[in-house]
Formats: sequence, structure tokens, C-alpha cells
Amino acid sequence: MKAFAELLDRLSYTAGRNAKLTLMADYFRAAPDPDRGYALAALTGRLDFATAKPAMIRGLVEQRVDPVLFGWSYDYVGDMAETVALIWPERPGANRPPELAEVVERLASASRSDSPGLVEGWLDALDATGRWAFLKLITGGLRVGVSARLAKTALAQLGDVTLEEIEEVWHGVKPPFAEVFAWLEGEGPMPRIDLRRAFRPLMLANPLDEAELAKLDPADYRAEWKWDGIRVQLAAGGGEARLFSRSGDEITQAFPDLMEAAQFDAVLDGELLVMRDGTVAPFNDLQQRLNRKRVTAKMLQDFPAHLRVYDILFHGEEDLREQGFDERRVRLEAWHAAEAPARIDLSPLLNFARWEELQALRDSARERSIEGLMLKRGDSAYVAGRPKGPWFKWKRDALTLDTVLMYAQRGHGKRSSLYSDYTFGTWRDGADGAPELVPVGKAYSGFTDEELLRLDKWVRANTTERFGPVRAVKPGLVLEVAFDAVHRSKRHKSGVAMRFPRIHRIRWDKPIEDADRLPTLEKLIEE
Amino acid sequence: MPSVLPESWLKVTERGLYCEPGDFYVDPHRPVGRAVVTHGHADHARPGNRAVLATPETLAIMRRRYGAEAGGTLEPLRYGERREIGGVRLSFLPAGHVLGSAQAVLEWQGCRIIVSGDYKRRTDPTCAGFEVMACDVYVTEATFGLPVFRHPPDEGEIAMLLTAQWQFPERAVLVGAYSLGKAQRVIALLRQAGYDRPLYIHGALQGLCDLYSELGVELGELRPATGAGKAELAGEIVLAPPSALNDRWSRRLPDPLTAMASGWMRVRARAKQRGAELPLILSDHADWDELVQTLEDVAAPEVWVTHGNEEALVHYAGAKGIRARALALIGRGEEEQEAATAEEAAP
Ligand SMILES: [Zn+2]
Ligand SMILES: [Zn+2]
Repeated sequence: MKAFAELLDRLSYTAGRNAKLTLMADYFRAAPDPDRGYALAALTGRLDFATAKPAMIRGLVEQRVDPVLFGWSYDYVGDMAETVALIWPERPGANRPPELAEVVERLASASRSDSPGLVEGWLDALDATGRWAFLKLITGGLRVGVSARLAKTALAQLGDVTLEEIEEVWHGVKPPFAEVFAWLEGEGPMPRIDLRRAFRPLMLANPLDEAELAKLDPADYRAEWKWDGIRVQLAAGGGEARLFSRSGDEITQAFPDLMEAAQFDAVLDGELLVMRDGTVAPFNDLQQRLNRKRVTAKMLQDFPAHLRVYDILFHGEEDLREQGFDERRVRLEAWHAAEAPARIDLSPLLNFARWEELQALRDSARERSIEGLMLKRGDSAYVAGRPKGPWFKWKRDALTLDTVLMYAQRGHGKRSSLYSDYTFGTWRDGADGAPELVPVGKAYSGFTDEELLRLDKWVRANTTERFGPVRAVKPGLVLEVAFDAVHRSKRHKSGVAMRFPRIHRIRWDKPIEDADRLPTLEKLIEE
Repeated sequence: MPSVLPESWLKVTERGLYCEPGDFYVDPHRPVGRAVVTHGHADHARPGNRAVLATPETLAIMRRRYGAEAGGTLEPLRYGERREIGGVRLSFLPAGHVLGSAQAVLEWQGCRIIVSGDYKRRTDPTCAGFEVMACDVYVTEATFGLPVFRHPPDEGEIAMLLTAQWQFPERAVLVGAYSLGKAQRVIALLRQAGYDRPLYIHGALQGLCDLYSELGVELGELRPATGAGKAELAGEIVLAPPSALNDRWSRRLPDPLTAMASGWMRVRARAKQRGAELPLILSDHADWDELVQTLEDVAAPEVWVTHGNEEALVHYAGAKGIRARALALIGRGEEEQEAATAEEAAP
């Protein structure tokens, strides 16, 4: 655990990409199996145990530490896990510090009632940095500025292989990845996995710079709608099928209705949607189906899953990725005509001869549960990652709304001492007829560091109430919020939910009475 | 129970702690007639006093920093020696903070007050170790007076520094360290860990490093960083005052990996604010455990707390049945950094 804790500590302070790669590669070289495999799993989000609740950890520390001193300390440090890690009274020599593998394996098999005792024993045995890393690990948020992709890049350096080769095997191997390290260190073969049902890294599009459009020849490009669902890969073969999110997380279990329809032998790239009577339902309906381990019959009935396919990567054993988009499209259409699978249709190609025509289509997209357009070169091979040039996404313009700041919450990591997450509201008529604010969304991006400092100061000076890390503020600041769409939501008090809200402008100048009203937002709902 | 009330003869005034019967101040922050100075840091030792009484090492530091402004008359008093001033008996005990640092022991009419100045309890190869003496009132610093501040062992921090130096041979590891005490301690700890390559130092550290060597603290080979080229500095350790870390000066270094040696590095938000890529938790001040241990060791029934998080230590002492109060002393703590900056600006 010591080496892993030091790695996380160093990573959390290191900004440079190359320096991060060096730190990780050196760690992978020096650490033994299976520790390094679990470290890799932690960095790539592939650890699987029930995470500990912050309340449980707070309960443990309160039995050991004067609550007044703890309160002052938490105020000063600004982060619960870090405060507990620093303040925990040491018992040198009380226990042997655990290895990472021991922590992961025992937590994975521990019962709910066993885990507080385990956690307490380990906190006694670790040093401050060890406790910090341990608490980050078990509360499920490492936040050390390393993406899964960067961790895999470091891994690739270890064995002098390419990132693409790592990605090829990635979803066929499991923590602690002993066979992967053996392969990379030249002591074993490349892990063999059943390629028919493995995840293939996706090809991603770059945002279109409209100024560049004039330089592109419309004849070279094909256009499709950009659907407002989630990008998935369906890999089926040998009577089995798997569904992956765009990052490669398996989500098969949540979609039995779709998987039942996948009785073929192909790997498809498409958009997961909820469809009713041939119409795409709002994104919010799809949300009801995501992140669920179990699905009820009622959910299957109310929110039927659908796959709208736009590419084919494999047909049977045949790898089509080297071929051009147009050739793959022919194969895709032939395949679909032959199989005619239920719940799966094709994303149509849009007809256009000039960019102006396409522009008009994009501007009409507001009414269509569509995010915008995709442009793909007719001759583009299917390449993992985000190559520059062949594919573009051309999103429709964002919507904006003037709202009033209502609550602010402390952020994480570098922002742990700043109020950086903002809940904002719009006006509506209250029960007594007087205007009242109702929260409509939450945003934590879209401002500069300087603006953040100023917002933080404003929040502190205008606090009316505190609840833990959250402060309620006196209505007094207008935030112009940008968002991609708005949907009905039963879970929100306002009855609406925004998609991708972010701060567009801070209107220090604008009186709060001039902020927008809820009906204005409701008019933007897409039915 | 002492025969006189402590606050009747040692008082908090605008100029600092004033001993009335002896007519002298301890660490005054404005010029006075007679100053007793615990150590050479700028928030304790100020220029322009008419008479200064301090350990010989502290006087040497003041002379190096302030030249003719160090004081009218400079009177040395070694650890353990005694001196009577207006019926008050004064002596110095090592404080373990920086070279020459002392706790001032004041005795009057059977009442003993010890003013700690700044102190730490762990071993420091560059100065004499802290000594414990029982007293009626202990005036303690509390720079790190919160239980989240517990400094790890020095060896571990130095090992991290050496790992970084080995891990990034194409970069210079730039260590930010205060020019009095911290810089020399980092150097001495590196030498203790067996690091015998030359160390490169910023010009502002030269004077005090020379003085430490003259006073018998072995620092090994030091080279000026200013004349060295980028290629020479790749893979080397460079020391500079904290204010030089992010300024124009550091651009002469090859892709510097910035380390900062300070007790504040224990808290991540503080370390990130400082822009440290490698925070080194190396402090010359007592951490929480050392503060608590010291209150227990000196067994004083009354404690006065200065510069830092006074409230937490006062709360803790109260819970242990010790009478404790916070002393509002002006100009303590923060200025150590400002003064260091002024010093670098000088030619
Ligand atoms: Zn000092
Ligand atoms: Zn001080």
C-alpha cells in the first residue's frame, strides 16, 4: 500500500503528462503482482467493491478525536477524507500495514457489518499518506488527474507496445491483470481473448470548426443525425452478446430486451435510445434505464430500448475496420437487410449537395430529439481514438437562460476549499402569489479561475445557512446558464431537468428580478 | 503557586512582550532600548534596537543580515549562562529551531516564565536540540496548532526528494526553503542521507550558508546556481528561497520540478496553492504532537499561546486542566517570508 499511496500522492501534484507517465511506468516496473494489477484497476476504474460511505468513516474518527478539534480541522483542510487521514491518532506498531492486494481482496469479500472493523484496523496501521490514499480508494474517488487512457498509455510504455494493442485485450482481461504484465515483460504471450465479444476502442469525432467548412468538399463527406442517446458498441457472436458504453464499460445487464434481439455474429457501433411507437423518447427516459443492476418488467415496458446503428466493425470473423466508411455502409445495409433484427434499425444518411443545405438541416434539428449532425469522410477507415480530419460532430447551438444563484457547494481536489458547485433557480409564482425561486439545475464549470475566486468570495459574504459542505445564499447574483436541452423530470422540484448545464456568463450587473421565469424554461422542453 | 502574578511583570504591549522589572522586551517587533532575542528569524530579530542580548550564534546571524543595523550593543549570552537584569534572572535554553535559537528563561521573585520563541522537538543536524525545564508559565508558539499537522519523519521526505532527482534526470529539482535554517537543514539532511554531489544554491542563500559553515555546520560542496548552464543543472538539486520558485530566476533551470520544504505542505490545498509538484513536509516548528508533548514535559500550570492556531491549543490545554490563554502578539509568523523576500531583493 505504501508504494501505491506514494504514487497517488505524486500523481495528485504532478501536472505534466510525461511526468505522470514516468511515475506510473516506474511504479508498474517496481511493484510486485498482484499489487500493481490492482493499482492499475484503481487507476482505470475497474475495481469492484461496495464503496464505504463517508458517514461511516466520520463515525470512526469521532470515536477517537475531540469533536471540537475535528471540526476546526475539517474547516481548515476542507476535505473529509484528507482531514480523517491527517488527524487519525496513530498507533505505531499496532498492526502491520496492509498491501494493496490485501485491502482490495478483503473488502471485496467483506460483509457490510465487517467492513468498519477492517477499515479501522487499516487506518491504525497506515501512515498519513497511506490513510489518505486508502480512504480515496474505498470511498470511490481517486481524483488524481489520471484518465484510464493515460494509465493504459503508461502500461504500453512498460512493454513497448502500442496503446491500441492494450485496448484490444483490455476488456478480455480482469484485475489483477497478471497475464498482461507477463506479456508486457516478455514472459508470456499476448493474452488470448474471444475477439467476437470483446470491446473495440471507438472512433471519435472532433468538433467542427465552422470556419473550416468552406475548405472541405461536400462530395467527400456523408452526413447523419447526431442522436441524443448514448454511444454504445454491441458485440455479438457464438450465441452471446455484450453491450459496452463508449468508454468500454459493460452495460449488458441493464438491457435484456435489446440483448435478446442480438442473435447474430457482428460488432456494431450505434446509439442507444428509448423508442416508443417508432419515435425517439427524450434522453431523460433513457436515463431511467441507465445505471441499474436490475430492470423491472414495468421499466422494460415503459422505456423500451432500441439501437440505431451507424457502423459495422466486424461481420462474423471478418474485420471491416480497414475498409472505407462507404464500403462498411454497404456491408451494414446488407447485413441489416439479411438479419432484420428486432429493436435495431439504421441511422439514415442525409441527402445534401452543398453545405448550406446541411446547415439548414442542422438548424431544424431543435425539434427532433437530435443533438446535431455527424460528418464522416466516405473513405475513412475505422480508427481507434480521435484522429484529426475524418469525422466531425456539428452540434446545434446551446440554449441559455438567466438564473439566480441559490446554493453553493465546496468542490473536490484542488477546489476543495472553494465553493465551486452552484445550484441555480428561476422565478415562479409561489402559493401566496408572490414570486419565489425554484432550483432548476446545478453547474460547476464554465468560469475562469479568477471568476471562481470572486464567486467563492461572494458566496462566503452572502451565506444565509450552512448544511455541511453546502451554503444557501441570499438571492442576489444572476448566472447566465447554457445547456443543450431540457426535459421533464419527476425527481426535480421544478419538474424539469437540464442536459449539460454550465455557467455561460456571470451577470454581476443584472438585477435578480430580471432573471427568467420557469415557464420560459418549460417552453423549451422537447416532447 | 508563585509569589507574584506572572502577568504583573511580563506584559503584552504594542512593541511586544515586555518584562517590567528588567525593563527589556523579548523579540520586540519595533526598536526598543533593550531587546532579548530568541533567534534570528525576521519576525523575532529586528534591526535597530539599542542593546541586544542573544546567543552568540543569533548575534552572528543578525550581524550577517543587518550589518551595522543589528543593534547598538550586542551582548552574547551562551546557553546555560546567567545574567541579572534589574533583579530578573535571565538564561537561554536550546530551542532546536534554527542555529542559535533559544528559549528565554525569566525568573523573578520565585516565579519562572519560559518564552519558547519558535521550537521543534525532533533532532536537527544544524542546531542544538530542545531542552526541557519545568516552569510556572510556558509561553509557547503554535504555528502548527491543529491536530492535522503531524510532520512525518525527515528521512522519508528526503528519500522522496532523492527519488525525484533520480527519476527525472533531464530536469532540475528546485527546492524552495527559507534562507535561515530550512535551507541549511535540507542540505545537512541530504548529506546525512549520503548525497555527496554538489548542491546548487540561489545567491540569497549564500551568506547564511557560509555563516553556518564558519560556525561549524558541515554542508559539503555548494555551488552558485546563477552561473551554471542548463545542461549542468539537469539532474541536479537546486535550492532557492520560496519567493524565487515561480519568478523569472527559475527560468534558467531545465524544466524545473518544484519542491517546497515546509510544514504547511501537509495540507494538500496549501501545497497546491504553492504550486509544489513535490511537497516536502519539513518544518522547523513543533507539530501538534510536539506541542502537546511539550506542555506535558514542562508541566506548567499556565500556558500562553502565540502565533498560529492559538484557539485549538488553548482548547486542548483547557481540557487537560491547564490554564491557557492566547496572546495577541503583533507581527508574528507571517513576516518570516516577507523579510526573506526583502533580503533577496538586496544586492
Ligand atoms: Zn522562527
Ligand atoms: Zn516565529
